[in-house]
Amino acid sequence: MSSYSHPLHKFLRVELLPTAFCPGCGNGIVAGAILRAISELGYEDLRKFVFVSGIGCAAWIPSPYFKADTVHTLHGRAIPVAEGIKLVRPDLEVIVIGGDGDIAGIGGNHLIHAARRNMDLIVIMVNNFIYAMTGGQVAPTTPLGFKTTTTPYGNPESPLDTCQLVASLGANYVARWTIMHYDQVKESIKKAIKIGKGFRFIEVVSQCTSRVSARMGMKPSEFMRWMVKNTIPISKAKDLSLEERRNKIIIGEYTYSERPGFIEVMKKIYQG
Amino acid sequence: MSKRFFWSGNIACAEAALRAGCKFYAGYPITPSSDLMEYMARELPKRGGIFFQAEDELAAINAAIGASIAGAKSMTATSGPGFSLMQEAIGYAVMVEVPIVVVDVMRVGPATGQATKAAQGDVMQARWGRHGDQAVIVYAPWSPQESFDLTIKAFNTAEELRVPVILLTDELIAHSWETVIVPDEVKIIERRKPKSFDEPPFGSTDPRIAPPMPPLGEGYYVLYTGSTHNEWGIRKTIDPEVHYKLAKRIIDKVHLNVNKLFLYKEYFVDDADVLIISFGSTSRSCLEAIRRLRSKGVKAGLLRLKTLWPLNDYYLRKVISKVSSVVVVEMNLGQLIYDIERYVKDQTIASLNKVGGGIPIYPDEVIKKVQEVLS
Repeated sequence: MSSYSHPLHKFLRVELLPTAFCPGCGNGIVAGAILRAISELGYEDLRKFVFVSGIGCAAWIPSPYFKADTVHTLHGRAIPVAEGIKLVRPDLEVIVIGGDGDIAGIGGNHLIHAARRNMDLIVIMVNNFIYAMTGGQVAPTTPLGFKTTTTPYGNPESPLDTCQLVASLGANYVARWTIMHYDQVKESIKKAIKIGKGFRFIEVVSQCTSRVSARMGMKPSEFMRWMVKNTIPISKAKDLSLEERRNKIIIGEYTYSERPGFIEVMKKIYQG
Repeated sequence: MSKRFFWSGNIACAEAALRAGCKFYAGYPITPSSDLMEYMARELPKRGGIFFQAEDELAAINAAIGASIAGAKSMTATSGPGFSLMQEAIGYAVMVEVPIVVVDVMRVGPATGQATKAAQGDVMQARWGRHGDQAVIVYAPWSPQESFDLTIKAFNTAEELRVPVILLTDELIAHSWETVIVPDEVKIIERRKPKSFDEPPFGSTDPRIAPPMPPLGEGYYVLYTGSTHNEWGIRKTIDPEVHYKLAKRIIDKVHLNVNKLFLYKEYFVDDADVLIISFGSTSRSCLEAIRRLRSKGVKAGLLRLKTLWPLNDYYLRKVISKVSSVVVVEMNLGQLIYDIERYVKDQTIASLNKVGGGIPIYPDEVIKKVQEVLS
């Protein structure tokens, strides 16, 4: 083992591996995309990054595995903690990583207002359609009709389209991919870092092998194919009705802008 | 040298925060603390800080915590319902040992209660409002002057011990205007940085001393987590020993410094038969009552607590042992009395409680209670 090395080990607390994630979990793919994006941008270490996460499986992607300053906050509160950090240290790249329950459920209000402010943050939301860490309860992102532990007869609610929501609020960058679109995820993260300002939101639809695909009677590989089959590019989704949209994973870039972020606007106003 | 100002309690708090080096304020509007926030919104940017109005109290306190992690002395102020919403995050700040100052301008509760009216009903909440074992520091000023002095102390204590400090004021103090004397130089304590990368950010060999707080972006690669963690911040979610060690240390850090943290003032206590124990705005009526009682020859004294937590068991047992009766006066239906009862042995203990409409407890009512106890 001593001779084993991986190009991304420089970004990891290798002594804490393997991760606590279940076999087949999409979190490893997301972690790989984030670190490879940073590596491809030429960073040798994560010194100038701060990773902030809340509670849930995805929140464990950076904490404790990333060799960086990491702040593992309360459930739902990663965005406000990240806002406080970024406002005081605008020189650091502050990246929030969280699950759909954390970011869109309990933290939904913070997501809305951070996007509205065009706050200078990157938020990566790993959407596995479920509250996974607590056992697989229905989430605000769970598709209509899905069976979960708290919707044993099927989910009567319609899911939240976080990308459409965040894009409508004036965020600088919004994109959605699945873990089957590894290169696109990585390129989106690079793009978000390069934009360098404003609110940048990337949703990665992922799989929970133990709480979702297994309950659907699918092997991880089958679920991954199911994800791809249910995906349509945003360019082809324009004419779909709300109901049709809700049953599909609409991938692509929802918005791109280089408008000044919150900090630049605030400083300008302070200076009169 | 010093300067004199005419300030309300809320302004005195804000001015003290600015002088203590506060560089970040996050808040959400709520009566009767909003004018403190408005003052910070105007002054903080002029004095090199950042003001942030959040979407709710949850965001406000969490942004303040983030700002503190990033290196800025930070503060939030709120009242009753907002203070309830902030409790979980105060517990987080305790667990990750992040200094912040939280001002709770007490109003009548529970729930919306009487939003514009003073009360002292958040005593136990300030101490016990979070889940789990923990200790915080709670100061309770009785005037705009003391709002200033104790806010400075709150920042210094927060930074020194890496702990959230709560300033419990009330609507009467917040909106009373009085002279505040401000020294030209205020003693400021800054947080300690690690001397090297080998100094753990969440461990200390001396439980009275807080570990150093690493700055971000300098390669310390600090791990903050609200989960149980070892001295390097690494999550240990099932290990009983790591949990006990951490929980014990964050409590000891406060309790073993009680001599330094417990602040009080005695009035006519030396020869007193009856001891009134009170805090905040209510103790102003108590002092007037005692002056009148003394003029009638009644040996009454006042113990005014400036620190509500931690309490100094040794001191309180001793001071109470010298009197024959104790009267706890508070603008609620009985909270501090539960703690004072722990120190009473053979003494008679009585309480005077009144709350509603923001009507203060008047000196006459205190006098009547003392006479009742004596007869």
